[in-house]
Amino acid sequence: MSVDPAIIQVRGLCNTFGSNTVHKDLDLDVLHGEILGVVGGSGTGKSVLLRSIVGLLRPTSGKVQVFGKNMLSLHSRDRSAMERRFGVLFQHGALFSSLTVLENIALPLIEHVGLSRAQASDIARVKLALTGLPANAAHLYPSKLSGGMIKRAALARALALDPEILFLDEPTAGLDPIGAAAFDQLLLTLRDAFKLTVFLVTHDLDTLYAACDRVAVLSQKKVLIVDTLENVAAESDPWIQSYFHGPRGRAAVTSTNASLT
Amino acid sequence: MSNALVLQSVPSDAAETADNHSLWPRLFLNGEWTLQKYQRLLKQVSAPSQKPRSLDASGLVAIDTAGATLLLDLLGPDTLADIVERATGLSPEWKALLLAVATAMRGRQPPDAHKQRWGDGLEALGTLTVSGWRQLGQFFAFAGLTITTLLSLLVRPWRWRWTALFAQMQQAGLNAVPIVALLNFLVGAVVAFLGATVLAQFGATIYTVDLVAYAFMRELGVLLAAILLAGRTASAFTAQIGSMKVNEELDALKVQGLSAIELLVIPRILALVITLPILGFIAILAGIAGGAMVAVLSLNISLTQFIGIVQQVPLLHLWLGLGKAPVFAVLIALIGCLEGFKVSGSAQSVGERTTASVVQCIFVVILLDAVAALFYMEMGW
Repeated sequence: MSVDPAIIQVRGLCNTFGSNTVHKDLDLDVLHGEILGVVGGSGTGKSVLLRSIVGLLRPTSGKVQVFGKNMLSLHSRDRSAMERRFGVLFQHGALFSSLTVLENIALPLIEHVGLSRAQASDIARVKLALTGLPANAAHLYPSKLSGGMIKRAALARALALDPEILFLDEPTAGLDPIGAAAFDQLLLTLRDAFKLTVFLVTHDLDTLYAACDRVAVLSQKKVLIVDTLENVAAESDPWIQSYFHGPRGRAAVTSTNASLT
Repeated sequence: MSNALVLQSVPSDAAETADNHSLWPRLFLNGEWTLQKYQRLLKQVSAPSQKPRSLDASGLVAIDTAGATLLLDLLGPDTLADIVERATGLSPEWKALLLAVATAMRGRQPPDAHKQRWGDGLEALGTLTVSGWRQLGQFFAFAGLTITTLLSLLVRPWRWRWTALFAQMQQAGLNAVPIVALLNFLVGAVVAFLGATVLAQFGATIYTVDLVAYAFMRELGVLLAAILLAGRTASAFTAQIGSMKVNEELDALKVQGLSAIELLVIPRILALVITLPILGFIAILAGIAGGAMVAVLSLNISLTQFIGIVQQVPLLHLWLGLGKAPVFAVLIALIGCLEGFKVSGSAQSVGERTTASVVQCIFVVILLDAVAALFYMEMGW
């Protein structure tokens, strides 16, 4: 695996819904151990790309290779083994509403690793703490959580099996700025500790500046550019220019520079 | 394989003693501390007898949060953070991980296990009783709210929601016609067979016709239609309104100043009040048709004869049967909607409430039918 630096390879991906083409001949490489930020305007198919990679959506055509294997032609059992190496944080959390937060996190540990309930709860409690949830949130049901807490609990669940690739769909949306900054920091810590690869769909410029190694810009039905943030921001495309150099973009740059000095 | 966790209280090499005394007792971490090895690890290691003061992780192959959790359980967050700071052979990434875990868990108490007490059963019984009373109260409050809303709507015909009403009538009424007719036809045939078997012993097979006609007009037609509607429509009402509640759609209605009762409950109740009597009538016809089929095909009663006997049955019985239909309809719709409002935000809760709604509806319908039968009998009808 370390021979091939691209842990995810997307080639010629097309996604068409009715008459609406979302992706056309999209190519993307995600390198081992990087945090790749995926940005793009609303409706450019960021979440669709994520769903195509994790196998929730069968693309119209194209090839998706993860860990060097073609996801689309895998046997269902091999696929399930593969999916255990993914952690996915959905946009709205997608916590199981009839389980408590702790049970949500413990479920994959019990089902996949075969731990006892007590052991799984023990580990789940640590994940909960890692993601910054208070201890008394463990026994709450998702309907009793605030939006930010749902995000954290969902992240804790995504981390339950210590995945190799983490897919995050707008993880910092709905978090307060302090929480979002802590989230970015947490992401870096986890990445360093587990050599995680992170596929991060986001609108949060601060996260891009603080956490991402490379940025992929989705536009015009394909990946316009994948590069380091500086190079992407220097690109002349008008959408990129207004994205990174609009009022919010400038603020994020200023704050990053300020914190560096 | 070497032990995963070794505590050494004094250095093996005497020369090191002079080196740094504060580093001992020293903890040695070996092997893989990962989720895959978690259970084996759990059997292997035990909490160190002394509080270690430093860590040597040069034998560590891999560690993840599961391993870190185990280490945390053995040492406690403070000790762990302490020794990780003065660890040797620990890569910066793992150090960061262990520190992150230790910092996150610092100040958290291990959860106290819930103890079983002898009074638990009693408590559960009490909770059940109180919640039963509360549910009854809720039902009457809800019924009252609905009635007042309905009355206030009566004088404002421009706020009647015809579209919703007709949509519900189609869903609950028209779409239910085939199943109601089929079911009653079959039950009608069964009642006729049953009657024929018993009455043949008295040479009174012809009274099978009366049995079927009376049974369906007074009781079975409307009862079966109501039970079907309880299963088919009350559950749908609960699930619809419950899902809306989960999605906060009910809250959205409220903040827009719209009344959920007016928008959701009234059209459903009215739709059932209109359609259940019609469905009941269809059910009666289907049941009698089922009886007729059996009579003609296997009891040697001609169709003309059958119709002649049915025509002699006093019309009162039909009205007695159909008179129950609007009452059943109101109860089914009220319970179905109220249970929907009781949904509390989880998928499981939607399931629980839907079950409760169907069970309550069927119970109430049968109970009321029994009371009505007694009442009719006492009245000599």
